[in-house]
Amino acid sequence: MTAQTIDIRADTGLRRLYWAVSDALALTKRNLLVWWRVPAFIVFTVVQPVMFTLLFRYVFGGAISVGDHGSYVDYLMPGIIGQTAAFGSIGTAIALGLEAQKGIIDRFRSMPMSRSAVLAGRLIADVGRMLVTIGIIIGVGYAVGFRFHQGVGSAIAMVALAALFGLAICSVSAFIGLAIKDEESIQAFGLIWLFPVTFVSSAFVPIQSMPGWLQAFANNQPMTAVINTLRYLAVGPTPGATTLEPHLWQSLAWLFGILVVFGSLAVRTYRRLS
Amino acid sequence: MDEEGLAILVEDVHKSFGSVRALRGVDLAVPRGRVLGLLGPNGAGKTTIVRILTTLLRPDAGRALVEGHDVVREADAVRRRIGLAGQATAIQPELTGRENLEIIGRLYHLPRRVARDRAAELLAAFDLEEAADRPAKTYSGGMTRRLDLAASLVGEPKVLFLDEPTTGLDPRSRIAMWQIIKRLVASGTTLLLTTQYLDEADELADEIVVIDHGKVIAAGTAAELKDRVGGDVLEFTVPDGQQLAAAVAAVAPLSESEPHVDRETQQISLAVGSRGSAALLEAVRALDAAGVTIEGLVMRRPSLDDVFLAVTGHAAVAEPSAEERRGRRGRRPALVSDDGTDSSHSGDQRRN
Ligand SMILES: Nc1ncnc2c1ncn2[C@@H]1O[C@H](COP(=O)(O)OP(=O)(O)O)[C@@H](O)[C@H]1O
Ligand SMILES: [Mg+2]
Repeated sequence: MTAQTIDIRADTGLRRLYWAVSDALALTKRNLLVWWRVPAFIVFTVVQPVMFTLLFRYVFGGAISVGDHGSYVDYLMPGIIGQTAAFGSIGTAIALGLEAQKGIIDRFRSMPMSRSAVLAGRLIADVGRMLVTIGIIIGVGYAVGFRFHQGVGSAIAMVALAALFGLAICSVSAFIGLAIKDEESIQAFGLIWLFPVTFVSSAFVPIQSMPGWLQAFANNQPMTAVINTLRYLAVGPTPGATTLEPHLWQSLAWLFGILVVFGSLAVRTYRRLS
Repeated sequence: MDEEGLAILVEDVHKSFGSVRALRGVDLAVPRGRVLGLLGPNGAGKTTIVRILTTLLRPDAGRALVEGHDVVREADAVRRRIGLAGQATAIQPELTGRENLEIIGRLYHLPRRVARDRAAELLAAFDLEEAADRPAKTYSGGMTRRLDLAASLVGEPKVLFLDEPTTGLDPRSRIAMWQIIKRLVASGTTLLLTTQYLDEADELADEIVVIDHGKVIAAGTAAELKDRVGGDVLEFTVPDGQQLAAAVAAVAPLSESEPHVDRETQQISLAVGSRGSAALLEAVRALDAAGVTIEGLVMRRPSLDDVFLAVTGHAAVAEPSAEERRGRRGRRPALVSDDGTDSSHSGDQRRN
């Protein structure tokens, strides 16, 4: 136990950071193992997005005209990726809510581990999970005609932005999960707000096809900014985003804003849990 | 005793949740290596005390020390020295017993190899070796509790807190749990254990503190508390309400204290000291002579209820739930329901 004695004495900032990362990774591993062991989670994170891809590509695709935007599958894939990142966040809310309700979080809080680890471990695992899903969707997209037009660097930037978007939405979900706790209520409220945000955006149809009052919302919400950026990075200029500049900065501003606001709300709720 | 030798010291601790005064000035002192049984009905404040001592809640007033460290100002130092297991479990059901313990070991900052060895050691000690590599969700209730207790020991705590460790367990698992706890205590760990059962506190604790409505109402060894009850308890029901008075008159001479009559259930109970079956016979004769018909005559060891009766003059009653406070009529909540599980109101679920 000498090692522990040394830890206690040398409680420097660097050491704290080391243990914060170590604790977060231990919990990340735990969360990913759980995900891997529950078939329902796999279905939810893999089969469902693939189904959406195929549905939009072949069922709605024929009826949706994207005009000058090029082929619908190229228009669609960045939207599906954004939607997947958004909807995948429900898992964050449910898992944290359950852990709070079952007292698991209490047990962690009675242990000498880093205060940030439960949230960090959850978010890292969920974003990792999301990246796996995005990879699979891109594969399916390629099989049904989607292509990146902007090169590898742009494609990687697109995936990175999608992950950052996922992280931001997961922080909102983390707050919702910790605040509500009850699983059924989380099922009800955790997803419902994502429907307008996802569908009243440029994800699946050009905004110009919506009625004017809806366009006002669609044009000024984060999902549209993010999807436009993702789309530019994937397939290049389209009428929705002829250049990268304003869309990228708008997206980053939104995402950091959401992360700061909901991240601190989640941390505060976590601290007060009792 | 001076503070030096104490593993746990609680001084005049108060805690309210909104208008609910959960603790109203609690004092406790547990010397190192001893076992304190915190005994009380549902809603008495047991979990609140445990949560304060394990740094999960801040007291509104008063002070609490564990191994000499203040639970508020030196929470991290306290956390390095304690283990907690309760009604709620730290176990992730999808992971195996071994994985659960190894990950907790990592969270206690044990090097990977040490965490692995410690998990194996605990699995062996808790008779879980065979099930070690099965998902914990396949474990029985007793096994899950044992795994959870093992998890609380990963960090080699000096002070262990067990919040109702056997509530909801079948009698066999309960006794197995007692044996494990006794072994732990023999190795010198200080233990604070909460329970609703006098026999459990009697079996495990060196000293018992009885709390009710957030206050300590009695303290002493199990023997001292039982002396206050007056030994074994004789209990029977009088089906004909008209005969209650005659029954009381018939058995009163057998008891040093006044027999207790529950008019609602028409049950009479009396402390008969340690006269054993002789008291049973005398009671049957006296009741027969008085022409009283009785049902369900039993002689039993004193329960928490009897201690309550002796100490407070009223039966132990769980805090009314919000529902009952709103005036819904019903049977008075029993301390413990018949199947031995917690008859707690929904509020407990939410917190634990
Ligand atoms: N988080 C909370 N919010 C509101 N009331 C609470 C909370 N925690 C405990 N209480 C109340 O405090 C009292 C003591 O509860 P508790 O310590 O859980 O009792 P016990 O563990 O002895 O059953 C009860 O009346 C309970 O309803
Ligand atoms: Mg309790």
